[in-house]
Formats: sequence, C-alpha cells, structure tokens
Amino acid sequence: MGLSTVDPVALFEDVRKEYPMGENTVIALDGLDLRIGRGEYWAIMGTSGSGKSTLLNILGCLDRPSSGRLTLAGRDVAALDDDELSELRNEAIGFVFQSFNLIPQLTVLENIEVPFLYRRTAPVDARKKAIDLLDRVGLASRMKHRPTELSGGQQQRVAIARALLNDPALLLADEATGNLDSTTARDILNLIDELHAEGKTIVLVTHDRAVGERADRILNLKDGRVAGIEEMRQSAAGSARR
Amino acid sequence: MTVAIGPTFRLGVRGLLQHKLRAALTMLGVLFGVSSVVAMLAIGEGASWEAQEQIRQLGSTNILIQSIKPAEDKRATGQNQRVTIYGLTDEDLDRIQETVPDLRETVPVRELRYEVRYGKRMVRPRILGTLPNYFDVTGRRLDEGRLLCDDDHIDASNVCVMTSDIAKILFPFETSIGKIIKIGAEAFRVVGTIQPKTVNIGPAAAAKDVEGEVFVALRTVRRWFGSVTAKLRPGVREFELVELHQIVAQINDVENVEASAKAIREVVSRYHTDAKKDYEVVVPLELLQRARETKRIFNIVLGSIAGISLLVGGIGIMNVMLATVTERTREIGIRRALGAKRKHIILQFLVETVVLSACGGVLGVGLGIAIPGAVEKLANIKTIVTPAFPILAFGISVAVGIIFGIYPAWRAAMMDPVEALRHE
Ligand SMILES: Nc1ncnc2c1ncn2[C@@H]1O[C@H](COP(=O)(O)OP(=O)(O)OP(=O)(O)O)[C@@H](O)[C@H]1O
Ligand SMILES: [Mg+2]
Repeated sequence: MGLSTVDPVALFEDVRKEYPMGENTVIALDGLDLRIGRGEYWAIMGTSGSGKSTLLNILGCLDRPSSGRLTLAGRDVAALDDDELSELRNEAIGFVFQSFNLIPQLTVLENIEVPFLYRRTAPVDARKKAIDLLDRVGLASRMKHRPTELSGGQQQRVAIARALLNDPALLLADEATGNLDSTTARDILNLIDELHAEGKTIVLVTHDRAVGERADRILNLKDGRVAGIEEMRQSAAGSARR
Repeated sequence: MTVAIGPTFRLGVRGLLQHKLRAALTMLGVLFGVSSVVAMLAIGEGASWEAQEQIRQLGSTNILIQSIKPAEDKRATGQNQRVTIYGLTDEDLDRIQETVPDLRETVPVRELRYEVRYGKRMVRPRILGTLPNYFDVTGRRLDEGRLLCDDDHIDASNVCVMTSDIAKILFPFETSIGKIIKIGAEAFRVVGTIQPKTVNIGPAAAAKDVEGEVFVALRTVRRWFGSVTAKLRPGVREFELVELHQIVAQINDVENVEASAKAIREVVSRYHTDAKKDYEVVVPLELLQRARETKRIFNIVLGSIAGISLLVGGIGIMNVMLATVTERTREIGIRRALGAKRKHIILQFLVETVVLSACGGVLGVGLGIAIPGAVEKLANIKTIVTPAFPILAFGISVAVGIIFGIYPAWRAAMMDPVEALRHE
C-alpha cells in the first residue's frame, strides 16, 4: 500500500517550533513537512538538539507548533483547546519515555490504570483489561509492587502496558531503550514490533542505528529540518501485510 | 466531572501518610481553629441557656431583692461575741409595696439553715419562710401533696413543703406526705413536695450543686425561730439579725421591669447606706443581658483565636501544598501526558488539601468537644455542644482546605506538560 493513498494519522505542514531565549530565539523545528500514514513504523534519528523530542512532543499533543499546521486524524490541532488535546492524548496516543515515568507512589497495577481515570467513560472491565495487559508484558505477578522494586526493563514494560491501556492508534517512544542494556532493549523492541504487527502506528526516537533499522522508515533530522528519509528493506510491502 | 473521587481520595490519604509528621504539623492550625470554633459556640450556647433557664425559673417579670452580708466590720474585732444586723426589713417591703409602680405581687422570704431529720436520716437544706404566693410568683411546680396555703400562714402552722430531691433522701422508700419531720427542735408535717431548681441564682449562684429547700410559712418561721441566727466560729459567737433575706417583686408586664427595677433600687437605697451595702437587686432580664455580654466577649476572644488559627493554618496548608506540587511536578507531567485535563489536576490537589484540612478538622472537633467539658469543670461555666457545632466546625475546615488549596492546585494545573515532564 503506497504512502500517498493511506489516510494520514498525522500531517505536518511547514511546522515550526521556536523557543524564545532572552534576546534570540532557538529554532527547534524549522518548517517541517511530514506525513505519517496509518500503521506505519517510523524511527526518528539525528544528532542531539536536532529537534527529535520537540517533534515527538508536538505529534503527541503535549506541545503546540509555533506556526504551521499539524493535522491529527483529520483534525487541525491548532483548533483544539487544552481539554480536547488532553482527550486526544488520553484516547489516541500512548507515550513511552526514556526514563519510564511511572508514578512512584502507585503500585504497578495502579500505574497502568491511570489513563482510565481520565477517560470520559470508563469501561466496565477496566481492572481486567489492566491485568490482561500486565500479563501480556509478563509482569502479572508484580502488580502489587511499587515501580522502584522493578528493574529498568520491567518498568519500561509497565510503561508500555500503560500506554496501551486505552488502545491508542499512535504509540510514541522517545529513546525508550536508551536506559536499558542491549538484551532488555531487544525485548522491548520485540514488543514494539508485535504492536506494529497488530496495526498500531509507531514513531520512535532513537540514537541507535540498529534500533532505527527495525522501523519501516528512518527520518533523519538536522537542525529542525528533514535531512532525509530512508526506506528500510521490508517497508515497501511490509507494513500493510504484517 | 469524569474522574472518580474514590481513587483521588485514596491517593490523597496515601500522600499524607507518606509525610506523617509534615501532615500533622500542617494540621495544627486548622485543629486549633476548629476546636476554638466549637468551644466558642458551646460556651456561648451554655451562657444563653443558663440565662434563659434563670429567667424561666425566676420569671422574666420578677425582680429579686436579696440581703447580703456587708463587708466585715473592723471595729468588731477583739470581741468574742457580737451581733450583726443587716439586710432587708419588713419596712423595706412596705415601702416597695407603696411606692413601686406596676407591681403585681411581692413575696418576702426568710432563710435559715437547720438540720432536718426524719428518724436517723438527716439533711441540711435551706429553710425558706415565705408566703403561699411564693410558688405562683416563682413558678415552682407541685410534685405531690399540696402547696402552702393562706391558713398555714395565718395559723403559723407547723407544716412544710420540701423539694423532691431531699424528700428522696429523707424518705427513700415511702411517701413523704403526712410524715412528721424535725426542723431543728420543732416538729413539722410534710404536706407536699415540689420540683427542685436546676440553677442557683444570686449570691449562691457560684455554688455548684443546687441545694434542697424546705418551705415553711413566714409566720411559722418567725414564731419558732425568731429573727436571729447564731453562728459559732472558733472563739467567737456570732449572731446575725436579718429580718428578710429576699423579696421577690413581680411586675405586671415585661415592659415595665426596667422602670420598676429603677424605682426599687431607689426606694431601697434610701434606707440602706451605700458604704455598707447589705442588699442587692437581681433583675433576671439584666442577667440575660449580662449573659449576652459574656457570650459576646467569648465570641470575640475565641472568634479571634479561631480566625487567626484558621488563617495561619490555611496559609501553612497552602505552603505545604505548594511544596508538594513542586515535588510532584513530574507526576503532574506524566498525568497530563496520559490525558489528565487541568480540572483533573486541580481536583487531585484540591482533594488532597481538603483531606489534610479535614483531618485537622476532625481532630479539632474532638478537641473542641473536650474543651467545653474542661471549661465547665474548671471555670464552672455552663457549656452546651449541640450537634450543629461539630458539623459547622468540620464544614469550616473543609472550606479552609478548598480556599487555601485552590491556588496550589491551580499552579499544578497550569504547568506546561513538556516542562513538567523534563523536571528532575
Ligand atoms: N523548553 C525549551 N526552551 C528552550 N529551548 C529548547 C526547549 N526545548 C528544546 N529546546 C531546544 O530545541 C532544540 C531541540 O531540542 P530537542 O529536545 O527536540 O532535541 P533532541 O533532538 O531531542 O535532542 P536529544 O537527542 O539530546 O534528546 C535544542 O536546541 C534545544 O536546546
Ligand atoms: Mg530528546
């Protein structure tokens, strides 16, 4: 399935992000154009400070572009207010962070259930769904534990389970394996591969070429601009079939 | 709001338990504020209850003129026998009857203290010699038998009426009516019992327990006991000559009480020197005003304590919550990333603040209920805690939580999610 024929999940049109820093401004994104189709698997690479996290935050509705237009699932993000952006994050987007970002006061199970708290209508079998997800990431036996009692890899698996709770269409990972050793990282990446195979759209920021190559495409960023897009070998027919 | 209060509440409690000492210290202000509120209301309520009770028992249209022993006379020292003459006289009664307008009735009372015996049982009540209209004027209610009647007075008969509390002591297993008792050396027949008083008035008001009373016709008292009472103290024989201990003047209308009280004060003072004041005029209506004044002072003192404690407590809570918000910046970022709206964050921190101040409120209500009890014991001030006070005080603690929690919660909600997530 060709990229152009797919209804895009996200469409960046001349997106800029500037941060005022005293006298001058830092340009984090400099007129970015990008189309992310449904079910695609993107890796974003680039040197430190090239704007990768900025791009991901804007894509995840945590931040707004300074100018330009971002269309998410057919809706112009600029037209949405704070509450609507929150709803979008809650229902359509799952985040996985480099530092796991679990809430230390909550148990593993409670952490996973957090996105349910903010849903407009909580599902009837909320608890069961959370436990099923924990089971899926292989941590059902740890649900009463606190995050600090888990290893880094386990914490990241909990974070992924949490990101999946509301069945989002888009999964965003910012250096999700950056704090993990290579074996643990591979487990996490295998899990992400599985999710991709199930049809989720995935955007993953990484410094690691080997990680990036697991995606369908690599977007190279340089100084807030697209420096190039590499199509990986299986991507042409891959994404739709898998 | 979609977010469930349940988990938010549990999270708030857990947050507090994590910093027990901090939470406890933060609660103190609200605790003292709330307990002052309860104490203030309880003392105020007690004061006005007491005043109303006095009025109910004395009658709002009654004015009491009582004899009081003047300050000790220095010249009398050294003598081992002396007679003190003081107090109201029959002439005072006559003059009041003649000059005071709007008078409905007057009742003279002579008071003695004698042992009252029945068989082996003995009590030492106040013996009141008075006229039959005493009961009607002071609104005392018959319990059993009959009250004193005019014939008892005219004949100076040896009959008496006693309050039911002492009747119970003297006659625990039988009826008192018709029994012959001894007052001092004289025999009296009990003809009736009346309900005891629940509060003391006048000079005896400070005494904690209401004493029993035995009523005898005034002429009977004069006939058997005369006007002189003897008191024996080590080395001194002291005699007191008091004609009347009390005059109750009933005024025809509440409206006229103030004017009549003035007239009574005037007429009595003319024949008693102010330097050695041996009487006092008690106006129940004025008692009520005094009670209101007491209540007002307590309200001002305790109200200020409550206000300041609540303000300081509220600021303390706000301070702690601002620190908590900063501490938990990252958590706020995480929750926002997971879809929490601003109102969810506001609610979360508001609930936590309210839990904190409401805990202080609950403890404060506990202390606030204990304080009036202690005040009652130590200061001998009547206090009443109605169910509304703890509820109101608790409500105030919740309000303090909301008022002082709004700003920290708002700060939390207005954080930029990206900044919050980057926070270490
Ligand atoms: N809040 C901010 N205020 C000012 N400048 C910012 C802010 N956030 C990002 N920047 C700047 O924007 C640019 C892009 O930052 P970004 O975090 O997107 O880089 P990155 O590609 O994720 O880098 P890294 O690989 O180190 O994570 C950087 O120059 C950074 O200094
Ligand atoms: Mg980054």
